[in-house]
Amino acid sequence: MSTTAPTPVLPTRPQGGERAGPTRDGGAPMKLVVRHLNFFYGRSQALHAISLDIPDRVVMAFIGPSGCGKSTFLRTLNRMNDTIPGTRVEGEVLLDGEDIYAPGTDVVLLRRRVGMVFQKSNPFPKSIFDNVAYGLRINRMTESRAELDERVEQALKDAALWSEVKDRLKTSALGLSGGQQQRLCIARALAVRPEVVLMDEPASALDPIATQKIEELIFELKRHYTIVIVTHNMQQAARVSDRTAFFWLGKLIEVNSTEKMFTNPDEKLTEDYITGRFG
Amino acid sequence: MTTLAGRHGGRRRAANVLMTTLSAACALFAVTMLLLILGYIAYRGLGALSLSFLVETPKPVGEGGGIGNGILGTLVLIGLATLFGLPVGVAAGVYLAEFGAGRFGTVVRFVTDTLTGVPSIVVGVFIYTVVVIPMGGFSALAGGVALAIIMIPVVARTTEEMVRLVPASLREGALALGAPQWKVTTGVVLPAAASGIATGAMLAVARITGETAPLLFTALNYRFYSRDIFQPIASLTVQIYNYAISPYDEWHALAWAATLVLMTLILLINVAVRFLTRKRF
Repeated sequence: MSTTAPTPVLPTRPQGGERAGPTRDGGAPMKLVVRHLNFFYGRSQALHAISLDIPDRVVMAFIGPSGCGKSTFLRTLNRMNDTIPGTRVEGEVLLDGEDIYAPGTDVVLLRRRVGMVFQKSNPFPKSIFDNVAYGLRINRMTESRAELDERVEQALKDAALWSEVKDRLKTSALGLSGGQQQRLCIARALAVRPEVVLMDEPASALDPIATQKIEELIFELKRHYTIVIVTHNMQQAARVSDRTAFFWLGKLIEVNSTEKMFTNPDEKLTEDYITGRFG
Repeated sequence: MTTLAGRHGGRRRAANVLMTTLSAACALFAVTMLLLILGYIAYRGLGALSLSFLVETPKPVGEGGGIGNGILGTLVLIGLATLFGLPVGVAAGVYLAEFGAGRFGTVVRFVTDTLTGVPSIVVGVFIYTVVVIPMGGFSALAGGVALAIIMIPVVARTTEEMVRLVPASLREGALALGAPQWKVTTGVVLPAAASGIATGAMLAVARITGETAPLLFTALNYRFYSRDIFQPIASLTVQIYNYAISPYDEWHALAWAATLVLMTLILLINVAVRFLTRKRF
């Protein structure tokens, strides 16, 4: 069923889960290392002792039933939850070995390295060009107008949107279709050249054709980026990801190669969920 | 199973018809009042209206004269009030919407609402005490400050409402691109709320354009075209007031014509702002 065979990116090594595996041990380079992460909304705990390694330049999918904490966990990886009052984080998230929750961390710099695409496309009420140029402009990442044009064009090409919008860059982004808007948001995230791209159910509001385009895009993007994608759609996780993590009630139940996860998972709970016995 | 012909169906339908008719009648009444006022002003005012009336300065009874200095004065006063009041009002509104969750925000919100309800003559007397007396005389500047104080709470609260309407997803989108908070506010949130904020500003301008009481204590009046904002200045509303309370029929006619000009001016401001802030994206 899966058209894209999961690439064997990793040597076989024990993965986190609740039994916290060894930290970076000289094996495959780990882009993100999460250790004993607890997360609270006020007094209620949404995430329980999550430990997980995300290797460089792979697609990691998070699956699990609604409310299992997978989106919350995704948002801890670029500190998007900071914007919600009353939230609290315990534990470590290391990006290239650096704790992003250490005091003195500049969240602005962090989010430049860890970009995000949201469930609902959220283009700014500006032109297509200005949307993609936004991140480059605020971060003063280009020296000249020509360079800005070039980066915008490249980002739109990377997001497989260029051919559809190149003649109307100055028109409103809100005039694009839903699928185009979501690819515009991906282009906007790619324009600043992040190292990690977090995607929170990027195709959940799109029709099958637009979804397929996004999935093809994800497959292309992993050559340059580490991608973490939350999805409700298990076929999608199977199609696009190299590794899959299963969350349940705020806990990380299992993380494995996508192939193993969908054929012979280690945990009974994972199997029950994947085969549709609950969830 | 019960049938679809319920016992209370007839009564409910009758109540529905009655209430719909009643609210439609009230809506019609509100519109009719406005049209009657506008129509009567046009009927009484058009007679005395002429080009010379629009450009000349007032003259003694029997010699005609115009309201040119009043029109200019009103525009100057609106300009000054907008200059002082709009930035403060918009900034306060943005603060309330984006950072005003705490106790301080609650206090500011309550005080702003109270300020909206303060009679404008009180504002006039207050500015007379703190600006006119220390500066040694009536001035356009004092008038502008008084009008700005009336304007600020209106602008602040509408700005707050409009900024709140900007979806959180837009803020998150900008934050996720590494935008610092202040750039999110100025570059994404404010432009997205701009047309709503402009509508609020327009309403505030329309409100102050019709104010008379605070100007009597601050800008006073002036017989000629003003050249100095530190001197008293004429305004349409104060001219209307002076013409209207006079015992001369001729001046009464001038008051009607000036009222027509004032209403037209407010209408033009409305149309202009709607045009300038029409949705482009």
